[in-house]
Amino acid sequence: MTTVDDRPVGRADRVSGTTELLRVENLRVSFGATEVVGGISFTARPGQCLAIVGESGSGKSVTARTLVGLTGPGARVSADRIDLAGADLLHTTERAWRGLRGRQIGFVLQDALVSLDQLRRVGDEVAEPLKLHRWGNRAARAAKAVELLASVGVPEPEVRAQQRPYELSGGLRQRALIASAIALDPPLLIADEPTTALDVTVQAQVLDLLAASKERGTSIILISHDLSVVARLADEVAVMRDGHIVEHGPAGQVLHDPRHDYTRMLLAAIPSEHTRGTRLSGTATTVQRARRQVDRGRPVLEARHLTKVFRGPDKVDRTVVDDVSFELFGGETLGIVGESGSGKTTTARIALAILEATSGEVLLRGEPWSALSTDRRRPLRKQVGVVYQDPLSSFDPRWSVGRIVTDALATGRRPPSSKTEARDRAVRLLEQVGLTGAHLASSPLRLSGGQRQRVAIARALAPEPSVIVCDEPVSALDVSIQAQVLDLLTDLQDELGVSYLFISHDLGVIHHVSDRILVMKDGRVVEHGTATEVFERPRHPYTRQLLTAVPRLGSA
Amino acid sequence: MSTLTVTRAVHLPKVGTVLSLLVVAFVVAAALVPGLLVDGSPTAIDLKSTLEAPSWAHPFGTDDAGRDLFTRVVHGARESLGIGLGATALAFVIAIGLGFTAALAGRVVDAAITRVLEVAFAFPALLLALLVIAVRGPSLATSIAAVGIGSAPGYARMIRGQVLAVRQAGFIEAAAALGHGWFTVIRRHLFPNAMRPLVAVATLGVGQSIVWASALSFLGLGVAPPSSEWGALLDAGRLHITTSWWLEILPGVVIVLVAISVTSLGRTLQNRLGGAAR
Repeated sequence: MTTVDDRPVGRADRVSGTTELLRVENLRVSFGATEVVGGISFTARPGQCLAIVGESGSGKSVTARTLVGLTGPGARVSADRIDLAGADLLHTTERAWRGLRGRQIGFVLQDALVSLDQLRRVGDEVAEPLKLHRWGNRAARAAKAVELLASVGVPEPEVRAQQRPYELSGGLRQRALIASAIALDPPLLIADEPTTALDVTVQAQVLDLLAASKERGTSIILISHDLSVVARLADEVAVMRDGHIVEHGPAGQVLHDPRHDYTRMLLAAIPSEHTRGTRLSGTATTVQRARRQVDRGRPVLEARHLTKVFRGPDKVDRTVVDDVSFELFGGETLGIVGESGSGKTTTARIALAILEATSGEVLLRGEPWSALSTDRRRPLRKQVGVVYQDPLSSFDPRWSVGRIVTDALATGRRPPSSKTEARDRAVRLLEQVGLTGAHLASSPLRLSGGQRQRVAIARALAPEPSVIVCDEPVSALDVSIQAQVLDLLTDLQDELGVSYLFISHDLGVIHHVSDRILVMKDGRVVEHGTATEVFERPRHPYTRQLLTAVPRLGSA
Repeated sequence: MSTLTVTRAVHLPKVGTVLSLLVVAFVVAAALVPGLLVDGSPTAIDLKSTLEAPSWAHPFGTDDAGRDLFTRVVHGARESLGIGLGATALAFVIAIGLGFTAALAGRVVDAAITRVLEVAFAFPALLLALLVIAVRGPSLATSIAAVGIGSAPGYARMIRGQVLAVRQAGFIEAAAALGHGWFTVIRRHLFPNAMRPLVAVATLGVGQSIVWASALSFLGLGVAPPSSEWGALLDAGRLHITTSWWLEILPGVVIVLVAISVTSLGRTLQNRLGGAAR
């Protein structure tokens, strides 16, 4: 990748050093009457990474799309200046944009499965920008595609180039997408949430890849909601909120000595080893909370040697959960952490007795639970609640919040005897999770992600369970909302003494909430211990690998 | 992740929708209270004015017995619409039974029902209808049964697919995890959610059933004269098509207009409800 001949665009014509490659001044984007980007300015320099950070609705993705001329129909874009290496991007025609995309600006999107054409070979997809810009002949492009795949660390690139996107794992697809974006070696690379859907270890590899590209002189604009991901790559950080940049400066300063309250709030909201036993949301100081009592008598929920074997479409048996045992005590949080495919969600579903284990048994308060017949288990279901990752899909779309909660109350230990009582108790539950009686009539569709998850928690609490299985309950939420929901869960635990079986792929979240932790890999528990043991003295190599892969703020 | 905020266009009802509503309203009125729209009796014979072309006195002209065609069309609405609604209702009752059983009763039952449906599907619906009539002889009830049974397999397949899809939904598992029984889950969540997109399909079905019922009557296999069911009118007018075009064309236009209107309303409904699996 270093011979000059390879390159469609030579480095020589690029401005080097500290001069800017891209200058954006007073960019405004609006859709109809709504202004989503309200006058922002920034610059990007060769060999540097500018990170634009913000939560949902901050306008960061719209900004990224505007820079590649894909703002979308109905958008009104205005700016004092958008210059790329001296050329005006603001008044570029659609035709001219096509000449720029790929050659001058590479664009990496979050979801590689959607961004890659399912019916075309990966190699063709990677070579697409080469073809569009009339680079080489067919054979040369195919060879170049393989070379590009190799350069982004795809093993067996010749084989992969012949496969189709759905045959590749998420990490490989994301790398193929990056390979395609850097095919013509564009001086500017815009990456919109490039690692958000990936496992930590894969995320680390993709970030390393972007870092290598930066080393070679590419200017990167990284769009992310995740401050710790940004810390690993960014030289400069701009924090966006409601279409405005609220703070902008060198990465080290923004991440370690933030000036703006919003940045401080975002940073404080990140769960990690430092935040155990403290509140994540709320203002300024972190409050040390009183530790709740864990009842080490008889376990509330106990799994004994769970194994689950699925038969695949190719008639080959796959052991998804392999000899998993655990005990969950009263008032305790047991975290199960692992990457995708580790079997953690299957374990949770077996614990809920929604899925039957191939062998092994789950006991509830020392009594049979998984072994019961469906009819005998049903009356006991009130003791085990569940909160899913995607609350919306767990609500009947026709039902109001009030109906969802009162329905759950009716299944509980003390079913309400009248409509008024049901209503009053539903209001009390909603208040307990930080909503109000005004939400009773709303449809979950019209609530925000955080509010939906609060409704889901209210529903789980309604039957007064002793255990709640939380399957990635905060993974789809913004950091600040995630912080509030995690605080809510811990508050409720302090108040009600409920136990959590807490499933997450996020080591920071797991470390923050768990008393004890199971680390799962390929269906097996590879490590098991208290949070401190697992995080400070990991014994298994996989745990150590996971821990080093976790992006940390400290690395900026 | 930021989302693009796209402003939604204000929904003004389209001209076509308004016209369709007017047509359907007229036909429903004709079916319920024909006396409100026309004075005379549909069977009043006037041998002095047979086969008269459309005029102010007889907007649709008269037939070979001097009966006012417009009056007959208005009075025929009750039977035509009745067959359309009745047949669709019957089709859905059968389809719901088959579709839900296939989707929920396990692999063997599913395979059996699906095979039967595939075979039934291979026959044109009209052919199935003819079979029913061959067995039972023509009448109003047979027309309803024939068209209903003929269109049931298509709906049954759709319903089966809907049930299988909704069954996978998170809220079904959530309801089971709350401790609700399987029957409660079906009644409260599975049934309403699986059937919701089919409301529009049912509306489309009414238009189609009216056309099929008319086709049967035209073939002399539906409702018998002196009924003024629209298909029967077509059948009666067939003999005079060379001399009195209105006897054939005008009832035909009415059938087409009603079918288009109902179908157009069905489509509008389908778009509003977010579309059904087709």
